[in-house]
Order: sequence, then C-alpha cells, then structure tokens
Amino acid sequence: MKYRNNFLREVEANVEEGEWVKRCMQCGVCAGSCPLGPHWEHPPQEIFMMIRAGKREEVLSSDSMWMCTSCYNCIARCPRELPITHIMHGLAHYATRLGLVPENQQTNKFAQKFWDNLSKKGRVNELKLGLSLYFMNGFMEGIKTSLKMQKIGLGMWKTKRMDPMEILGGHGCEDTSGLQAMLKKASEIEAAKKVKV
Amino acid sequence: MAATKKLGAYICKGCGIADRLDIKQLVSTATRDGKMNVVKEHDFLCNSEGVSMIQADIDSGEVDHIMIAGCSKRAKTDAFSFDSVAMSRANLREGVIWVRPESDDSEIEETTQEMADDYIRMACAEVKFMTVPASSGEQGRTPHVLVVGGGFTGLKAAVEVNKAGYEATIVEKSGALGGTAAQLYKSIPGRSPFADPQQPEIIDLIKQVESNSKINVHLNSSMDNIGGAPGRFNADINADGNIVSGIFGSIIQATGFTNYDAGQLPEFAYGKSPDVVDQLGLEMLAKEANGGAIKRPSDGKEVENVVFVQCVGQRSEKEGHLSYCSGHCCLTSVKQAMYFKDQNPEVDAMVLYTELRMPGAGGEDFYRNGQNKGITFTKGEVSEVVPGSNVTVKFQDLILNEAVELEADLVVLATGMVANSGVNVETCASEDDDAEAAAVNKEQAVLNLDYRQGRDMPQLVNGFTDSHFICFPYETRRTGIYSAGPVRRPMDMVQATEDATGAALKAIQAIENAAIGRAAHPRSGDLSFPSFRKEGCTQCKRCTVECPFGAINEDEQRYPLFNEARCRRCGTCMGACPVRVISFENYSTDTVGQALKAVDMPDEFDEKPRILLLACENDAYPALDMAGMTRQEYSAFVRIMPVRCLGSVNTIWISDALNSGYDGIILMGCQKGENYQCHFVKGSEMAHYRMSKIGDTLEQLNLEKERVQTYEIAITDIHKVPKIINDMAATIEEIGMNPFKF
Repeated sequence: MKYRNNFLREVEANVEEGEWVKRCMQCGVCAGSCPLGPHWEHPPQEIFMMIRAGKREEVLSSDSMWMCTSCYNCIARCPRELPITHIMHGLAHYATRLGLVPENQQTNKFAQKFWDNLSKKGRVNELKLGLSLYFMNGFMEGIKTSLKMQKIGLGMWKTKRMDPMEILGGHGCEDTSGLQAMLKKASEIEAAKKVKV
Repeated sequence: MAATKKLGAYICKGCGIADRLDIKQLVSTATRDGKMNVVKEHDFLCNSEGVSMIQADIDSGEVDHIMIAGCSKRAKTDAFSFDSVAMSRANLREGVIWVRPESDDSEIEETTQEMADDYIRMACAEVKFMTVPASSGEQGRTPHVLVVGGGFTGLKAAVEVNKAGYEATIVEKSGALGGTAAQLYKSIPGRSPFADPQQPEIIDLIKQVESNSKINVHLNSSMDNIGGAPGRFNADINADGNIVSGIFGSIIQATGFTNYDAGQLPEFAYGKSPDVVDQLGLEMLAKEANGGAIKRPSDGKEVENVVFVQCVGQRSEKEGHLSYCSGHCCLTSVKQAMYFKDQNPEVDAMVLYTELRMPGAGGEDFYRNGQNKGITFTKGEVSEVVPGSNVTVKFQDLILNEAVELEADLVVLATGMVANSGVNVETCASEDDDAEAAAVNKEQAVLNLDYRQGRDMPQLVNGFTDSHFICFPYETRRTGIYSAGPVRRPMDMVQATEDATGAALKAIQAIENAAIGRAAHPRSGDLSFPSFRKEGCTQCKRCTVECPFGAINEDEQRYPLFNEARCRRCGTCMGACPVRVISFENYSTDTVGQALKAVDMPDEFDEKPRILLLACENDAYPALDMAGMTRQEYSAFVRIMPVRCLGSVNTIWISDALNSGYDGIILMGCQKGENYQCHFVKGSEMAHYRMSKIGDTLEQLNLEKERVQTYEIAITDIHKVPKIINDMAATIEEIGMNPFKF
C-alpha cells in the first residue's frame, strides 16, 4: 500500500538497523556525501523515502544499495546519526534472502565468491579469490584479465607477496571442520528465520 | 534668558586631551565666547574628585547649567549624572583627538584645536538655551492594568501583573474565558523531554483568574472608548450592554487571532467533505473522542489513516493567501498526529509538508519523537483534495518527484493565523464629518482609542500589531498599550507565555514611569516633554499627524494636546512644526540652532570650509564615536551635533546653517522603510521626506544640491561614517565654498 506504514514495518522487522529508517529527515546530506553518488539510481535519502512510500519491489530489487563501498562518509555526516551504511547492507542482505537481487548484480556476485572462498577454510585465499573474480563473467574475459594482470602477478610472486602454490588448496585456520560445523549451524538458524511481513 | 542662569564649564584634561589640545585656549573660549560664569579644568573629571568638584558648585548654588567638555555624551553617563541641572557635553575625545592625527604639523594642530574650540562654543550655546526639565504635574499612579482579551495570553498577562502586585481587569468579548486555548484537546509540550502532547495549562489558568479577587473579569464585553494616557487611561467597557468606566495605568492587548478560513481555498474541499477539517476542527474531534479512537465526521468510522497538509493558504504569495508562516502549525500537526499514534500505533498518520518548521527549544525533539512514534513525514506539495466516500489527496512527492493520489479517512488542513488587530488605522475610512464611517470603524475596532490617529494601534506588517519585532517587542506605537500573543506575531502557547510576561513587565514599567512623569521608553527616565507656544501655533495639525506614536490629540479649541505620558520624546513634532513653536525644556530649535550658529565661521578665503553633521544619537552618533575609538581619521572641518532622532530636525536648522556659512550639511539617521531601524519608527522616514523638499530651496538660493545630503546609517557603519564626512569635504573642495559667509 502506498504511503502506508506496512513496508516500513517490514523493513523494521527484517532489516538490520531498519528501525532507523523512520528517523530520516530528508536533508540529503548522505546523498551529497557519497563518493559513488552519481552511480546510485536512488541515493540513501531516496531509498528511505521509497520505504516510507511503500515501494517494496522497487526498493528490494534496486541496484542502489549494492553500490555502497562502506566508506562511512554518510554515517559520519548524517545529522540524525542514522547508521546508513549498515542499513544499506541490511537491505542488500534482505533482498538476497528474498531472492530479489537483480540478475547479474556484480557486487552481489563478488560477495558470494568472497563468502564461498572464505567459508571453505576460514581464511581468504587471495590467489583463488582473484582468479575467480577474473573469471566471474566468462572464460574469455578471465583469460584477457589474467594476461593483463600478468606483470603484477609476477612482481608479487618475486617479492613473495603471492604464493602460486596456494592454487593447490592453500592455507586455512586450525580447525576447519569445526568452522564448517559452526557455519552450518548458523545457516540453519538463518534459514529458520521467517520473513516477518 | 541667560541672566538668571548660572553657567558653569568643566573641562577635562584626561585621556590625552591636555596632551593634544591647548587647554588654556579652551578655557578662554569657554569664558569669552561661551560666556560661562564659572570655568574650571580638571585632570580627570570623571573620577570621584572631579565629579564632587562639579557637585559642590551645584550644591553651593554657584551653577545650575553646566557644560562638560571631555568625552562623548554617550560615555561616563553614570559619573556625569546630576539632578536638577541642565547639562550639555562637548565631545573632545571621540569627536576630536581620537579622529585627528597626532602630528607636529602646525596646520593639523591648528585645525584640530579649532575643532575643539568650536565644540566648546556649541556646547556652551546649547546649555544656555536649555532649562532644567521637570515633570509636568499631570501624572498619577494607577496600579491597574486593563487586559483586552481573555484568551491564554490575556489570562497569563493578568496573572503575571497580579503576581507583581498590580490589579488587572480582563475584557473578554465571548461568554467564557480561555479563547482558542480552551478549544484544544492537548497542547504542544513546553518542557523536556518534549515527547508527548501535554494537558493544556489553560484550565488551571482560568481557575487562578476566577479565584483571584484582584483580577476583575468582564465577559461578553468590548471596549467602547479609551481616552487619556499612560497612568490615566480612562476606559469605557461595554459589559453586556452596560457601560462600566474605569481608570487604568496601562493596557495589554491580547486579542489573539482568528483561524484563516480554509473555505476560501476551493482546491482543498474544506466544507465540501465533512472529512476535511482544519486544525481546530481536529481538536474538536479529539475532544469528543477523549482518548478513544478518533472518528471521522462523515460516518463515524474510526480513522485508520489521516493526512495532515501543511501551509494551507499560507507562506504563499497567491491572492487571498497569507504570505507569512504562522509558526505553530507544524508543531500542532505533529501533536495532532500523536493523538492518533498514541491511541493506536497502527493508524497511518502522514504529514505532507514542503518545509517543516519546528521552532522553540523543544521543536526538534518533538519532531524526532513524532518520527519515533511512526508518523510519516513526506515532502510533498498538495494540488487538490477531492471529496468522496474516502477523501483523495493529490500531491507531488518532492523527494521521489512523482505525482501521487492517496485515499485517506480524514484530512487535516494547517491553516494560518489572522491577527485580531481591529481596524487598520492607516487605511480605514476617514471619520472627519462622516458619521457612517465612524460607526463602521467603531464596530470593527478592538480598542476604540480616542486618539486622533485612529481607533486601534498601527499595524506593523501583515496585520500584526507591533513596532519592531527584534529591537522593541511589545512596545507598539501607542505608549502604555502593549500587544502580546498572536495579535503581535504568529506564535504558539510556549511563546505566548513569554510574550504575556514581557508585556506585563512593559505595562508595569509604563505605570511606574507615568507616576513620576518620566518617559516610559526608549528614552526611559527622560523628564522633559514637548510643550508649545500657543500664541504662535497656526493649528496646522502637522504635529498631530506626524507623531509616530499618536501622542498628540486636539483640544476643544483645535490646538494640539500633547498627552506627555504617551510621548516618547523623539521630537518629531518639533521637527515637523513649520512655525517652530514646539520645544522640550532641554531640546529645542534654539538649543540646536544656537549651537550650530555658535561655530566660529572662517571667511570664504580662509579655505577652511565648515560641514555640519546632524547625527541621530541612537545609531549614527555611536557609530561616529566608535570611528573615534578605532582611531579613524576624518576631516577637521566637520562639526557634529547629536539629535534625538532625525525626525526632530527642523528645516530651519538647515536654512540657518546655510545662511550662517556652512558649506555642507550631512544628516545621518537610521534605516527607514519596511526594515526600519529607527528607534522612533517613522522619525527617519519623516526626515528623509522633509529633506527631499530641501533641494528646491537650495536651487532657489542658487546653491548646489550636493551641499545637503541625507544618509541612512546603522550603528555598525563605523567605517562608512568617516568616508561620508571626507567625501563631503572633497565635494566642497570641488564645488567651492558657500557664498553666504558673512
């Protein structure tokens, strides 16, 4: 319903820090402070207004909150002290849970790759993460990007900033199976959470 | 004249005056040119020894008119405060040594000394034509305040006046006390944490008034006539048909406001649908619900969603709209939205605004609390409200930039305040020999003043009755009558509380000053008052028209009647009088006229022009003093004469000055017009108007127009004033000396 409080209430119930949304006073300082501002279709201020205006689909399937790089400029400047960065991530996370993320959303894809990489052994395997990022959008593009980055890669190898042997499994935390068990339990809890509408 | 006056001159040598000026020469000027009987010099005149030297001369009866040469008349006023003598001051410090360069150059020394000598001559001449001010004997103490209006502000003012030990009489036109405030379900919180609407104070206030024997209440009453002056207003109250007369010391007008009629705005469907109400309409619904669910008027359904529309017919330049912000409506809408949210958080309450204004200490907190309670604030402009079984609000969302149509159970319109200020005395029909116009005006008037300038107080702007929002709140343009509450300025009850208290204090100040025959304000304590020489008066009525405060009436013989307790002592009447019969004991066409003529005028071939500067003592003169304090130099050819207000400048001074050889004349008054700074509201405007006519006279005399210039000066213009003086000096060099030097 337009301009009714139902979507606002849904956000408050399901989105991390969502209870702050109603406290936005529409000054626009966040929109003006965002270094990526021009790339957002709807700056945070507008997202907050859209939530209050009940635009559920438009907000959750929006590309905008995925643009946030967590620079925290908006939080530092918000006169109402809204945790805007956290709300943006909260909205992105909620959209993911609901499966409303736009197809081929690059930040979303990278976030998934990062999580898959990290959750395997409890440590980020930078070589594998880099390569999976290169090949994220297809084999040919992966080869091209790899060739382009060749020099940097060799340089890092020479100065021992990158170990090519990491490709064969790589390092991890002490108790990988324990970590896996913890993560499994956590995802069970998360899945059991009902979306409150 | 001077025969009976015992004249004394006291010359201070402190603050470097003796280092820069030839004191012997000054003493001789005061003695020979100033013709002072006693002339004394002192190293440090404002210390206790110096002051007691003067006091001793006064006490021994040796002097009763004194001239003090030293610092500016604005400095050391506490030290040089002598009762029962007339006093003038020659400004040798800020006006001479601080604005002239220290130099061994004999020419500079000479012109600086001439400046000082002339100031001595001027001050001596001035004091010679003064008499010691004494109050008129017309005064009386009436510790009784008349409060017109029995709403929140009026009641509060009456209670405050009473707490200070004065009696109060309230005149209320309706049949009950409380006014608009009594119609409210709850009021905007006035105390921290500013979270929730609070129980209105009005119920308690009415009880306090009703149980107080020193506060008299007349219901169903209006003012039939108010005559007299502060300290002795005689008022006829039409109390339900009977005339009750009384004498009052001062008056507080707290006649409040009328809600703007939203019916004038067809696009908002007010009157077309019962589910569109204004803010007072919602208060009624809330009162009916009394804590339960608020029901919409059309079918009694409990309201599930409500839209508040801000700035309805206000803050708009459209025909028939109010151009101003009424200051309380945003707060009121938040309060009213809370009525719904507090009763049932599931109700959707939206405030549609273009700019939200949350004035007052707690405004912002109240807004935040409204948001926390889930009130939706949408920046949007409403184009139309369409009546129907559910009302539809059409608006443009200004953040999302899209047109929206929204159904609501109830729409509340935030309309503005229209001041109940009675007739506009500046635009109403003239009552001269027109009984019909008089009857209409009398019907519409609130105060029904027996003042020649009209039945109500002049309005400042947008129908509100004030004289200066910032510098002189409450003071109005009728001395002893103070406006408070929404008749003075749009406001909520928190501000009205402050206003009522302020006006109560002003009313008391007026009573006490009138009791001893002193000016109430801004020249508080001034004992002098205007009087006129009846045999010279031509009954032209200029003074009665030009007085910015309506102080002057006509007596039975059509002569001016000054009502000095109404007077602010600005002297605008004196400036207006074409035959110069109006004067104050210590300020008259003679005191200034003789002072400016006392200057030693060099002849045409001396190449020493003389520039007369008449400076308003409220803003321009302090600006000149501060130019001295900051050691800015200006021409030694200028002679500065402070005046009470530029409005008191009589054109005779200008022609006298030109005839006695001044080469240029500068007038410095306060800013006039809409954003006026003039302490006497219209004085500077009058002066500018009079001076605009001087041009023709100058042309007839074959004198250049540039010789007389009028400026608007603010107290902060300390860098501008020396430049104006120097520019005038340069202009005279260009156009040559005044040929009328004898």
